[in-house]
Amino acid sequence: MARMKLDNYVVPEAPRLGFRGWLRWIWRQVTSMRVALILLLVLALASIPGSVLPQWPQDAAATAQFVADHAFWGPLLDATGFLDVFGSAWFTAIYVLLFASLIGCITPRAILHYRELRRPVAPAPSRLSRYEPVDASSPLTADDAVEAARAALRPRAGRLGALTGSRVRVDRRDDGTVALAAETGHIRELGNLVFHASLVLLLVAMAYGTLFTYRGQAIVVEGRSFTNAVVAYDTFDSGRLFDPASLDPFTIRLDSFDAEFSDTARPLHFQANVTFTEPGGEPVEETISVNHPLEVDGAKVYLQGNGYAPVITVRDAAGEIAFSGPVPFLPQDAVYTSTGVIKAPDVSTGEQLGFTATLYPTFLEGPFAVASIHPDPTNPVIDLLAYVGDLGLDTGIPQNVYRLDQSQLSPVRGDDGQPALLRVNLGETVDIPGGLGTVTFESLPRFVALDLRADPSLPYLLTAAILTLLGLSVSLFAPRRKVWVVAREEDGTTVVTVAALAPAHDAGVQAVRERASRAATGEREPE
Amino acid sequence: MNVTELSIMTLWGATTLYAIAMVAHAIRLARVADDKVAARAADREAVAVGGASPAEPSAATEAAASSRPSRASKAAGIARSTTMVGALLHAVGLVARGIDAGHVPWSNMYEYTISGSFFAVAAFLVIQRRRDVAFLGAGVTGIATVALGLAMTVLYKDADTLPPALQSYWLVIHVSIAVLVTGLLTVSFIASVLQLMRDSRDSGTRWTGRRLRFLEAVPSAASLEALSFRLNAVGFVLWTFTVMAGAIWAEHAWGRYWGWDPKEVWSFVIWVLYAAYLHARTTQGWAGRRSAWLAIAGYAALIANFTVVNLFFQGLHTYAGS
Repeated sequence: MARMKLDNYVVPEAPRLGFRGWLRWIWRQVTSMRVALILLLVLALASIPGSVLPQWPQDAAATAQFVADHAFWGPLLDATGFLDVFGSAWFTAIYVLLFASLIGCITPRAILHYRELRRPVAPAPSRLSRYEPVDASSPLTADDAVEAARAALRPRAGRLGALTGSRVRVDRRDDGTVALAAETGHIRELGNLVFHASLVLLLVAMAYGTLFTYRGQAIVVEGRSFTNAVVAYDTFDSGRLFDPASLDPFTIRLDSFDAEFSDTARPLHFQANVTFTEPGGEPVEETISVNHPLEVDGAKVYLQGNGYAPVITVRDAAGEIAFSGPVPFLPQDAVYTSTGVIKAPDVSTGEQLGFTATLYPTFLEGPFAVASIHPDPTNPVIDLLAYVGDLGLDTGIPQNVYRLDQSQLSPVRGDDGQPALLRVNLGETVDIPGGLGTVTFESLPRFVALDLRADPSLPYLLTAAILTLLGLSVSLFAPRRKVWVVAREEDGTTVVTVAALAPAHDAGVQAVRERASRAATGEREPE
Repeated sequence: MNVTELSIMTLWGATTLYAIAMVAHAIRLARVADDKVAARAADREAVAVGGASPAEPSAATEAAASSRPSRASKAAGIARSTTMVGALLHAVGLVARGIDAGHVPWSNMYEYTISGSFFAVAAFLVIQRRRDVAFLGAGVTGIATVALGLAMTVLYKDADTLPPALQSYWLVIHVSIAVLVTGLLTVSFIASVLQLMRDSRDSGTRWTGRRLRFLEAVPSAASLEALSFRLNAVGFVLWTFTVMAGAIWAEHAWGRYWGWDPKEVWSFVIWVLYAAYLHARTTQGWAGRRSAWLAIAGYAALIANFTVVNLFFQGLHTYAGS
């Protein structure tokens, strides 16, 4: 008869499995501990590229740059999901299989555990010699010795006993000996089951969250306000089942923004002072700082960033105002050297004007370069490069406000033919060469980037997390042991035999055994 | 002397004492091993000559065991006292650093290293009070010496105020437990390494040479496994807590509880590796050697999360590198 190797065991030729047989075989493989173990290892390995390679959800700009820089590897890695590991099909497949394995493993174990709880405690083995028994003589009668041991082991009876698994049984054997069997540790398996079930709960809560969550980002300049509506956000993402009409149209007005820096430009403290108004409600003054979001309408408003939004006025050749207002500049470094773009499309005469600009909050001119030396606005200066032509705003295609589309623009040049650098101090006005107009640096308010997020799954996640931790602790720390005490009366004295069974790592079993032994031999507990 | 100088001086003092303790621990281990080997040889001789049962401690065994007790116990005494005083100085240095900075001393790599190595030594001393684990001493004090030395020379940063991102009580909760886990798992890592070496020596495959005779003074592979399991179990529960506390803080500070930031990715990898270790322990063919390798891989990931991720990966936890 032919023999074959199956799962490392040589077995006689396996019978034909058939379709259902194969399904059962696959299911048994998926739910085996060895496969769970391998899936865990694969999951750990599969996560690593997510920290090494740039990822679309975490840093889209860096990822796009990576794809552009690596002509071969970029598109290949992108197509195979390595640039969005945690959303990729293969990563999903691993954890779905792992959870299938988990459920397939846990369900039968839960049923088994339930049956185990209802099964009476097994009597003490007739021979204890396998369990390193210790004999001692006791002045008590066999009954009293066993009763004393039972009291010392303190098994909780009744329903609680069934839950914790601390149960006891006393048998009066035919040969006159009295045998006690005490077991603890069913709760260990219960903890194990709770832990694994909570992990499933955690995954379900996460999935629920991604369906109903929403997140919006808005830039608000000092003195201005913002209304909670999808159109008011600069960016807005939501889960598939989120209803935009459910947004509460409250307003947040940024009254002022406090930013403190050390002399070495280390940030010390950021705080946004806002006035929060619910529709039909009284205005309330609130603060938002980095670790203290503002809680509103089941959502939280986070302070995610800040910078300067200089108020700029651009006049055209006729002296008419072509643009006036605050322009958020994006900070580029720790001393808040910030870059921004000013677009002045509404000229009354001539061509449209555009500017790329750099703000230096504390301007210092060195022999070779200019720089900001501190993030505070001690000596704010803006350097501008002016462009004339068509800003391309009328094409209907949405434009990035932080970029100037230079395809139909030409730089304004100075007398030397080079693009002219316009330098303007706070409160001053400079002329644009060629009589094209003027630029005025009116004031320097700050802006904050606010992030509004709501995730209705958070309470469920927290519950699942706490259950996970509790279940895990019980499954690892609750001792699982069996203790047996057998007393027999011989020639007027009582001989008590105590033995215990526990895993090798259980260091407490020795003490329990001694406690039972001391009680059975009538010794008092040491104080 | 101000607190800055006090902190630096005491930490250098601790480094020196740990170095001495490491040598003393190693010498003690070697001498205990010598005694054991000698005792066994004497036993064999006694059996050959007199035919006495080797199960009973023969007179020769007794003689061999008592011939050089002073040498081993002298080294043990030096090891114990230098480790204790070193830990004391280490604690003073840590507290002084905290006072100097005005916040808990685990806000950047330097502070994390000096706290983590302290917790490793403290965990060792606490376990030592309950059961004899002196054989781990050389490893623990050795790692503490290297970690402190690196901290003082390469990673050192002057005390500074906390950036706004870290101004939260979660810094105390989340990071302190992470530091504690690092300390605990360091001790467990040494137990796992010894377990593997001892196991190989017992089976005669590797590490059988005379120079590794110190392995004779180390408990059996099975009891080392039990020890490292208990530490890993505590470590795993605390690491689960660290990750959860981190998620709560992230939700509080960044508006999302999980975003696959490099630090989060590696925290996840560590968690999964130790989870795999716990499963491997109860899987046929994986218990013992392979599960010990998984625990070592988990510890390697823990160290990578603290070093490689801090220094080379861009993420939201960037202040950890400064």
